[in-house]
Amino acid sequence: MLKKLCNALSPSGMEENVRKIIMEEIKPYCDNIKIDKMGNLIAFKRGKSSDKKFMADAHMDEVGLIVKNITEKGYIKFDEIGGLDNRLLPGKRVLVGEKAIPGVIGVKAIHLTTSEEREKAVKTKDMYIDIGVQTREEALELVAKGDYISFDSDYVSFGEGLIKAKALDDRAGVYILINMLKKAKPAYDFYAVFSVGEEIGLRGAMVSAKEIMADYAVILESTICADSPTTPKHLQVTRLGEGPVFSVMERSSLADIDMLSFAKKIAHKAGICYQLKRTGNGGNNAGKIQVAGRGTKTLAMAIPCRYLHSPVCVISEKDLQLGEKLAIEICERMDEICLEN
Amino acid sequence: MLRELVSLYGPSGREGAVADYIENKLKPYADVSRDSMGNVIAHIKGEGKKLMLAAHMDEIGIMVTYIEDKGFLRFVPVGGLSPMAVLYQKVKFKNGVIGVIACSEDIEPKDMKIKDMYIDIGADSKASAQKKVQIGDMAGFYSEFICQGDIVTTGKADDRIGCFMLLSLAEKIKNPSYDLYLVFTVQEEVGLRGATPSAFSVNPDIAIAVDVTDTGDTPSAPAMAVEMGKGIAIKIKDGRMVTSEEIVALLENTAKKENIPYQFEVMTAGTTDGSVIQTSREGVPTGVISVPCRYIHTPCETFSLKDVEGGISLLEKIINKG
Repeated sequence: MLKKLCNALSPSGMEENVRKIIMEEIKPYCDNIKIDKMGNLIAFKRGKSSDKKFMADAHMDEVGLIVKNITEKGYIKFDEIGGLDNRLLPGKRVLVGEKAIPGVIGVKAIHLTTSEEREKAVKTKDMYIDIGVQTREEALELVAKGDYISFDSDYVSFGEGLIKAKALDDRAGVYILINMLKKAKPAYDFYAVFSVGEEIGLRGAMVSAKEIMADYAVILESTICADSPTTPKHLQVTRLGEGPVFSVMERSSLADIDMLSFAKKIAHKAGICYQLKRTGNGGNNAGKIQVAGRGTKTLAMAIPCRYLHSPVCVISEKDLQLGEKLAIEICERMDEICLEN
Repeated sequence: MLRELVSLYGPSGREGAVADYIENKLKPYADVSRDSMGNVIAHIKGEGKKLMLAAHMDEIGIMVTYIEDKGFLRFVPVGGLSPMAVLYQKVKFKNGVIGVIACSEDIEPKDMKIKDMYIDIGADSKASAQKKVQIGDMAGFYSEFICQGDIVTTGKADDRIGCFMLLSLAEKIKNPSYDLYLVFTVQEEVGLRGATPSAFSVNPDIAIAVDVTDTGDTPSAPAMAVEMGKGIAIKIKDGRMVTSEEIVALLENTAKKENIPYQFEVMTAGTTDGSVIQTSREGVPTGVISVPCRYIHTPCETFSLKDVEGGISLLEKIINKG
């Protein structure tokens, strides 16, 4: 299922492909499913108690590109959707539009560059996508201005239990949220929100949070890893294979202190290892959910992911399985938060 | 009371001790409650429009992200911190542990960044440090309270002065001409997060935020027509909001009538809870009064008690029926 989710093309604004897969998966397990005006998919599953509302959120969209213009010679000029590092674009394979037309991101060949040019990263505006046609007319038969573009990157299992794919941010969260609906017996009424537009400014959550006005919310994410050999230990944000990650503080929110200590206790009891995120950077839908309406107690739980926002996201299967287990435990025992603290 | 307020532990998201203190002080005067984020909301019933006054309880601080084998702590800022302002300052954790911020010595002072700095709590190993401090723990800056004449120097003036002003006001309210809500917010320093839901639930007709502002009266300060000791500042504009004309007029007219010194404030960067209260729900006419304060976000914030007193009496004159 994770493979199917990752391979779906779904940059912010074009979440339909992922939404369809989710819909198929969760239908038999929910009491109600709706899609709001923004495109958020909101699934409801009745809990043992209706005293409180419990919400879990994972975003369906991924970073990507969009067709800006087509040159006379049939090359595509493009812009970025979400926080992309332009240094990693040249030479990548992409799929353009709903027909998923294959293309490659081209730049000047090394033979033609000056030594100065080789020192600097190529800017997005100087790159183009080559879809193998020769004129604008030919190109327009295959693609249109405004078409969305995704990375073309296979889902691969490799090494010791690792997975490489595009869009693991946040298909890992989507995968966990689907399994929560399938397996958990929620303590409180459970709203599972598969949101749109996270990568372009937490837009879907802004709307869904106001509609639901939950008491408690868990945000399921993929987060920065930075455990590479060149990063000093104290700047390694999280490490692969050391379990799911709780954020204490990020740019967009601070974890609710009761939720955080509750989640830590649940993890201890269930024997699940976890890590605390070692930075104040990054942001996620908690930023909008926490301050919606009268306020919600939020906690972001993430799967560590190397090379986030690139076509080669890498996660550990173990982290994913532990994350799922922990999310289900929290959902089933949310009513113990008062007793625990 | 001001001295006590600036001694309390309360980095953003960890305002519990400040909230407890404020709740206790307010109980004789108001109906007090706390919302899910930790905002303290005190209601003093009155006839008339619903007026919300807001001051934030949180302070800037640091969060521990990593503990070195030798027991030194690595950290990230909570709120806006300049590396220059934190070097060789002391921080204090909730449990009372005190640490000193120092920096790797092979870095030129002008190149120093917070990621090169560490906190020394006098632990000689990771294990001994972990007995006192855990990853994810926050600390506030440790400072002395110094009062020389009317001039006070202390840390956490931003925004315990605002809390002090609202608490002092509560004691003076008799027969209010507004239905009054005093709101003490959380998490202002990390993005005005407490004010957003509290404004939603209070749903006021008008609002005034109370905070500190920069001054332009120090050597080579950027041009700014606010001076310490020259009266409470009535905000016209800051980095995120233009205050509502009707509230500015209310503040200005009252100050003139009551002979309370005031000055207008135009701040180019930074903002206060006022900016998100103004855009809450269908919109709330909102003003801000600020205490002119030098060296904001350092342990040496310096301000004049005269400006503070002027601000309290301005609010009192607006609220109490003549």
